[in-house]
Amino acid sequence: MLRDITLGQYYQSDSVIHKLDPRVKLITTMVFIISLFVVDNFIGYLIAALFLTMVIKLSKVPFKFMVKGMKSIMILLMITVVFNLFLTPGEPLISVWKLTITKEGLRTAVLMAVRLTFLIIGSSVMTLTTTPNNLTDGLEKLMKPLKVLHVPVHEVAMMMSIALRFIPILLEETDKIMKAQIARGADFESGNLIKKAKSLVPLLVPLFISAFRRANDLAMAMEARCYRGGDQRTKMKPLQYKKRDVLAYTTVAAYLVVCIVVGRILPGMFSA
Amino acid sequence: MGIINASKLVFEYIRRDEEGNVEGITRAVDEVDLDVKQGQFIAILGHNGSGKSTLAKHINAILVPTEGTIWVDGKDTKDEDKIWDIRQEAGMVFQNPDNQIIGQVVEEDVGFGPENLGVPTEEIWQRVEESLKAVGMYEFRKHSPNKLSGGQKQRVSIAGVIAMHPKCIILDEPTAMLDPNGRKDVIRAVRALNDVEGITVVLITHYMEEIIHADKVFVMDKGHVEMEGTPREIFSQVDKLKSLRLDVPQVTLLAHELKQGGLDIPEGILTTEELVKALERLK
Repeated sequence: MLRDITLGQYYQSDSVIHKLDPRVKLITTMVFIISLFVVDNFIGYLIAALFLTMVIKLSKVPFKFMVKGMKSIMILLMITVVFNLFLTPGEPLISVWKLTITKEGLRTAVLMAVRLTFLIIGSSVMTLTTTPNNLTDGLEKLMKPLKVLHVPVHEVAMMMSIALRFIPILLEETDKIMKAQIARGADFESGNLIKKAKSLVPLLVPLFISAFRRANDLAMAMEARCYRGGDQRTKMKPLQYKKRDVLAYTTVAAYLVVCIVVGRILPGMFSA
Repeated sequence: MGIINASKLVFEYIRRDEEGNVEGITRAVDEVDLDVKQGQFIAILGHNGSGKSTLAKHINAILVPTEGTIWVDGKDTKDEDKIWDIRQEAGMVFQNPDNQIIGQVVEEDVGFGPENLGVPTEEIWQRVEESLKAVGMYEFRKHSPNKLSGGQKQRVSIAGVIAMHPKCIILDEPTAMLDPNGRKDVIRAVRALNDVEGITVVLITHYMEEIIHADKVFVMDKGHVEMEGTPREIFSQVDKLKSLRLDVPQVTLLAHELKQGGLDIPEGILTTEELVKALERLK
């Protein structure tokens, strides 16, 4: 159950999307997220959906892997939908007791749900098709100008990649500790929220201890392999833009233009 | 002087209370002398807390001796300027495979060491390919380490060390967390490195079966080197090994018991074949 979070999990495959430069994928994801907030009509979302479907098809990652990531934000999604549905003022559609669903509310709620779903799936595509190391390489390279401002870019990138590498290991460990404690009569399921939270304390303590021990071991292993910061390091897979990356950038630029035109300029023209 | 040379090596763990006052001192390694020649296969034996892991960490300059000196390929580990050369020449493989794999893909992890050394990109790829082939993990190069078995992960760790082109490789209980099959694979890979590539191997273990092919065995207890010699010399002293709380391979134990029972067979039998031959000679 804990292993269902796909965010930060790499899906091995040999597609065009996998081969793209991580910088392209990072920027594309950012553009995609921006585009979701630029458009606010259904045609715009249709274009976004088409773009997303195309990318998913190209990535050869089974769709169910992306949906898995959705489960973790389901509650957030629900809250957003419910609030938008009932609290947006406007023309009443259905009225039950004190709650009124307005036409505008329904519209915003649906758009908001679609927006959030696309956002999660969109970023899942990036993390599923890019190895975390690749991703942090991309981030490191994109952020490199910040080094002038004494931002420890390499260190942050290294920390991120380690954190990502240990997510599945620590999840497995959590699962193991939970099972061990359930076997000894611990109860994680029943009771109210406070009781449930309290029952997590005996789970977190061993988990933290183990995480620190692992961190200690890993630091030693890294030093034993001559790790001494980013200065003299070379790269096994240096980032170089290829033809397909240029093509991808062009496609993304075209997509953004279409989104802006359809989402902002066209409706304005019609209403004017 | 050999590749690894220690003279009167002492290491003390100092326990402190919350104010930083010394509460107690534990001598983990006590006056150890060591001389390892290039190309040897050395095994260090000892039960838990005998100081064998602490000793291993000295060879890689992770720990610096409290007293005495250790030279790796003629370089003193106390010399701060030489520390990275020492770590490149004496690679180290640890016990827990999960806690020493940094890469998310097998080949990226093997490339981590050479990257740190500043090796040019094309050469890194070449080294990664060679190293993965040397441990028989080449076909797994694109896999995620999380999906490998313990033995496979440990072989990836070994490849990661070989890719740095060390003269010597120290394995700190590499098989302790593995199942018997994984254990066999790892030991086979280590022996191949020693035989084919001529890399000096220091294997720290408490599995007796793993040391019968070693050139020289050191048995440690309470920080001291208690016994030193070829596996045959070590295993011919079954009673002493038992007093150090170490197990003896079953064949050796059986031969020892038979000898004590009055049969005329030599001490220090290491393999089933040897015992069979010795018994046939009796007829």
